[in-house]
Amino acid sequence: MQIYLPIAELPVNIFVIFAMGLAVGFISGMFGIGGGFLMTPLLIFLGIAPAVAVASVTGHIAASSFSGALSYLRRKAIDLQLAGMLLTGGIVGTALGVALFTLLRNLGQLDLTIGLSYVTLLGVVGVLMISESIRAIMRGRQGRPTTLRRPGAHNWIHGLPLKMRFKRSRMYISVIPVWAIGIFIGFVGAVLGIGGGFVLVPMLIYFLRVPTATVIGTSMVLTLVTMASAMVMHAVTNHLVDAVLALILMVGGGIGAQFGARAGQNMRAERLRFLLGLLVLAVGLRFAYDLVVAPDDLFSVRILEPLL
Amino acid sequence: MTVRAGIIGTALAVAALALPSPAAAQRLVSSLSTHQVRVTSNYTGADLVLFGTVEPTDTAPLRPPGSYDIAITVSGPRETMVTRRKGRVLGVWANVESRQFINVPSYLAVVTTRPVGAIAPREELLRHQIGLNNTVLTQRIGTDFADVVPTDPFRRAFMRIKQEQGLYSERPNAVTFLSPSLFRADIPLPAQVIFGSYDVEVELFADGRLLARDQGKLDVRKDGFEEFVARSAREHSLLYGLAAMTMALMVGWLSSVIFRRD
Repeated sequence: MQIYLPIAELPVNIFVIFAMGLAVGFISGMFGIGGGFLMTPLLIFLGIAPAVAVASVTGHIAASSFSGALSYLRRKAIDLQLAGMLLTGGIVGTALGVALFTLLRNLGQLDLTIGLSYVTLLGVVGVLMISESIRAIMRGRQGRPTTLRRPGAHNWIHGLPLKMRFKRSRMYISVIPVWAIGIFIGFVGAVLGIGGGFVLVPMLIYFLRVPTATVIGTSMVLTLVTMASAMVMHAVTNHLVDAVLALILMVGGGIGAQFGARAGQNMRAERLRFLLGLLVLAVGLRFAYDLVVAPDDLFSVRILEPLL
Repeated sequence: MTVRAGIIGTALAVAALALPSPAAAQRLVSSLSTHQVRVTSNYTGADLVLFGTVEPTDTAPLRPPGSYDIAITVSGPRETMVTRRKGRVLGVWANVESRQFINVPSYLAVVTTRPVGAIAPREELLRHQIGLNNTVLTQRIGTDFADVVPTDPFRRAFMRIKQEQGLYSERPNAVTFLSPSLFRADIPLPAQVIFGSYDVEVELFADGRLLARDQGKLDVRKDGFEEFVARSAREHSLLYGLAAMTMALMVGWLSSVIFRRD
């Protein structure tokens, strides 16, 4: 059944979009991520303008992270204090990201920037995840315990000033790296249309030593607020949020995530990380392919928008 | 959905315009099957039908069949477009060169009885801008504004991409005479239609000369829910953004309640 999208301004098959929501939702539920890094490229592949895809996917991620955050909240697995501090940075980052997005779109370099950023980000994160999970799997095979680090281990980040106590995560750390991470996640989220959960969780674990009990719930709260505010900001500055598209995606995603979460519970954590790493790397390589291989059509035509 | 509405009865009731010279006094009357295309949630493109007649007058009787040529030009709202060319920069493909096409038709369909070149001499076609290659597309080249030769790579790429999108088309032999004086033509509108007011220009040629012309208007607009969503997004963007965000939260909350397991 074809449905005409009012903002994307093209007809799409509602079942194709819904199935994409289901599939991405399944993966996001399985790995505990938002899935924006899969959804945005898929929409672009369907012929939806990259700008509309990025702006509309924010709604899908906001919905899935809200449903995730609610269940973590019930289990008291969220450090709201830490989430609040990350958010302070996140909102600044999102505003910067939306501004850069608008500027790049007018300069005609948005697609290239999105492509390059995806390659860099997904490539680095994918390789790190794969190598880390392989080491964990090897350790498991050799029968050694799989605890990653000693709980009291400190690095240079713990020496920074402006320290603050985070009760639920049982941490006493500086707010500067917390803000920096928040700004970074908000920024890439707005520019790339991704929630950034798959980058945020490793950053919180490795840089801030946030305990695994609170890390996913906290990251979901951050994802929720940055994506919800990115959605409003994209709507205000670029008028590109397609609510109809976002609704179909988020309903499909919500259902898919439930099945994905069940599938994920039956798998070992390091196996999951390995699979997610492969997936992240594969998407990154797909973008690299487009950048390096000569395009079918060297020319492109776009409407010139007045500079804001 | 098709917009092949039954307004054909009124089709012939519209008065003709502009008679170029008294000697060639011939009347041309035409009308579209509909003057308003409404894009709603099930829109996937539309087919417009144009009917017209050549009316003989006292000074200019009807010529024998086959001596008339009709050229119909439908042009959409004008917009400024950028055509960009990719090139290899440090190993990756990036947009390296661009040209602006100033105030060019967003949609341009040329429907004729014969290939455009066979209807009239080039100067005549250029003067009336009939045919894709004879349409003025003003480019900004540095600080200059000018149209370029039809073989210019940017102009050709622009034409090609617009044609691939179904927004520009040139269809010879698509106007058929049903009788010596009555003709009809099909004009397709693509799924990715541009909204706004369209100009319909019908020109009557014989022996390579323009005899008469008729003009019409076509309005393409979103309607119903689509129109409501698009207008809200544009005019009440903050409210729209907040509503969309609330919707996202509702869906998230619902799915966490429906599938609650603890």
